[in-house]
Amino acid sequence: MPKLTIDGIEIEVEAGTSILQACEQLGIEIPRFCYHERLSVPANCRMCLVEMERAPKPVASCAMPCGDGMVVKTNSETVLKARKGVMEFLLINHPLDCPICDQGGECDLQDQAMAYGFDRGRYGENKRAVHDKYMGPTIQTAMTRCIHCTRCVRFINEVAGVPDVGAVNRGEHMEITTFVEKAIGSELSGNLADVCPVGALLHKPYSFTARPWELRKTESVDVLDAVGCNIRVDTRGSEVMRVLPRVNDDINEEWLNDKSRYAYDGLKRQRLDRPYVRKNGKLVAVSWQEAFATVAAKVKGLPGNRIAAISGDLADVESQFALKELMGRLGSANLDCRQDGARFDTSVRAGYLFNSGIAGIEKADVILLVGTNPRWEATLVNARIRKRYLAGGVKIALIGEQKDLTYPYAHIGTGPDALQQLSDGTHAFAETLRNAKNPMLIVGMGAFQRADGLAVQAAARVVGEVYGMFRDDWAGFNVLHTAAARVGGIEAGFLPGEGGRDIHGILDGASKGEIDVVYLLGADEIDTARLGKAFVVYQGHHGDAGAHRADVILPGAAYTEKNAVYVNTEGRPQLARLAAFPPGEAREDWKIVRALSEAVGATLPYDTQTQLRQRLMGVNPIFAAVNAMTPAAWAPFGVQGAVDPAPFVSPVTNFYMTDPISRASVTMANCTEALAGAVGGPAQERTGTHG
Amino acid sequence: MAFLDRAARSLFLTELVGGLALTFSYMFKPKVTLNYPYEKGPISSRFRGEHVLRRYANGEERCIACKLCEAVCPALAITIEAEPRDDGSRRTTRYDIDMTKCIYCGLCQEACPVDAVVMGPNFEFSTENREELFYNKQKLLANGDRWEAEIAQNLAAEAPYR
Repeated sequence: MPKLTIDGIEIEVEAGTSILQACEQLGIEIPRFCYHERLSVPANCRMCLVEMERAPKPVASCAMPCGDGMVVKTNSETVLKARKGVMEFLLINHPLDCPICDQGGECDLQDQAMAYGFDRGRYGENKRAVHDKYMGPTIQTAMTRCIHCTRCVRFINEVAGVPDVGAVNRGEHMEITTFVEKAIGSELSGNLADVCPVGALLHKPYSFTARPWELRKTESVDVLDAVGCNIRVDTRGSEVMRVLPRVNDDINEEWLNDKSRYAYDGLKRQRLDRPYVRKNGKLVAVSWQEAFATVAAKVKGLPGNRIAAISGDLADVESQFALKELMGRLGSANLDCRQDGARFDTSVRAGYLFNSGIAGIEKADVILLVGTNPRWEATLVNARIRKRYLAGGVKIALIGEQKDLTYPYAHIGTGPDALQQLSDGTHAFAETLRNAKNPMLIVGMGAFQRADGLAVQAAARVVGEVYGMFRDDWAGFNVLHTAAARVGGIEAGFLPGEGGRDIHGILDGASKGEIDVVYLLGADEIDTARLGKAFVVYQGHHGDAGAHRADVILPGAAYTEKNAVYVNTEGRPQLARLAAFPPGEAREDWKIVRALSEAVGATLPYDTQTQLRQRLMGVNPIFAAVNAMTPAAWAPFGVQGAVDPAPFVSPVTNFYMTDPISRASVTMANCTEALAGAVGGPAQERTGTHG
Repeated sequence: MAFLDRAARSLFLTELVGGLALTFSYMFKPKVTLNYPYEKGPISSRFRGEHVLRRYANGEERCIACKLCEAVCPALAITIEAEPRDDGSRRTTRYDIDMTKCIYCGLCQEACPVDAVVMGPNFEFSTENREELFYNKQKLLANGDRWEAEIAQNLAAEAPYR
């Protein structure tokens, strides 16, 4: 524990802390460009110089570890002069085109030049100009602005694990580039623009559209996967201009995947902005009253078992809960929130949650992935596993499809038979698991979306029991969901009731004519052909598969347009907040269900969202602990039985298009074309008319 | 004596004659009024009149959509929307000034890094209805084309003081 003096204040820090970190602990701000808390330290920008007694010249504080008895000054004459000199050198080749630069207004160089910059240039020679590089459909480059801090190179190599960006040449000729002129094959590429301290790497879809000072910032959560990344939605007027990550060390640290970041342009396209009713085979725009009356006329007098409801991947907890209560009042027990057809036991919380928490991955020493491709199903979980891998001393193994996960792993099987071999100890990997202190099992939806899902879940549970994954001090059994609505739906009880049908039963019943009315709450991933002749009510925000089949469309709000609770795969309830109002006649989803309940004569007993949430908390207390993980008690789950040896298949075949929003997004379409092939997905077929 | 003085002044109408003499003397002095609108007075090169959007000599519009004028405008009279043009340059798709909101403070032209928005010497832009005072980009660029000679002269005259 070295003790040192900074600006006359004595401080004791942990060994290995750099002077810059010690200054931060004291609240002293040190200017920096290349230093980033979550990346390695190259000390090449020289902006963080400080004066140290008995040192012959100023030292780079980001790379100098604290030593006992050091005396550091951060605001002396020498320091100021050194930093001004560094700033002048940085600005020699910087174009100073702030007015046309998208970083203008939120630029580290701009801000620090206000403090350390000279009011005129003394450099008379020609400035350097650098060709702009192509980095794919998400990153816009203006390489003349680059100050060679190499944050982007370190990010893509360390955090993303896709060594596609690097620096060529030296000194003044140094250039940051992709190898060679190709799109960055990473799902985390958007973060490059975030880590860039200047305007060299920018968000391409946001190009030249807005200035940071005219945006309204709303803190929210992402719903395009089940990780529940914390985001900030920037809006101007009623339009979402961009989505940025928020720091949350328990979930996404400060990164965000490209789908969550760039799919926002899908919020402007294919929107359902008014109610529709199908008349003579055609959808006709109608008033809310008429739409409700149509549904009420259909539902009236219908026995409950002929009505069913399915909720989709983007549905919030409130609307699922309200719909569940409405179905209960109509006498129906046919509900399911697992529209993807996954079969797993929901009676025990531990059986369907990511029990260790995403941050818990860093404590594991053996990680076994089962039937999942975390890189596509939950990019930031994968980034966390890679972080754990970089920390060293971890063994990672995979049962399922072999994919590039950005870190090395042992491929120890393809199907459930490998799980059984592990549980009876005959598998070669069993020894490694037995010796592990904190073994971790991550089961993906690929393992449950099969006829023997319940048996696979039980087999995974047995593996967890055998290798001590259900201890008091360690919960290593994790289920990785793919949809933001899923855990919330389960916690709210949007599941088949007593004698009710599950998703398979509903679809079978509808195709056989045993179910007359199907209510789709944003459910688009189901096989709509199997709905048969049923009367379909679709409540959602995009004109996707469900709306095409619907007989009545009730326009709802997307996740940026409502205050709503979402529960991520860890079982952590988080609040999404209204950033822009829903378009046209569309309304918040729970309100639609509430209004419909009145029309069908089964009025739900809440008029405000607060009343609804209070009732929700009464049903399930986990909703009271917002942003917190409620630990799940352990009890046996799953149904042991015969398993099919068929290999596990990941449910995500195209990372960039998994839901109605990303399917409507132009940026995601561009990404699919440019990148899906590069990151292991199906390359788009090119026809003769392609340029 | 005072009585005689007063009586004499009344008798000879001296005050009336004196007054009329002053009146007639103005007939031979140069006039200070202008025959507006056929004649106009001089205005300063710093005069803040109607806004214009200027172009470069090659016809390219100067405005680069940096939105600094929009940000600085204390009356929130300026509205700008931008997107990349086909050649990749940053340009406005919309540049509106609500002349009924404008307080003619001149901060927009101070903020402009490329001398695109300038308040020209024109002060005669009254209209018959409000709508005509909501200027769009087309109108502002047309203004710029019309007043370019005067504005260039004014800017050159002001350059040493900026």
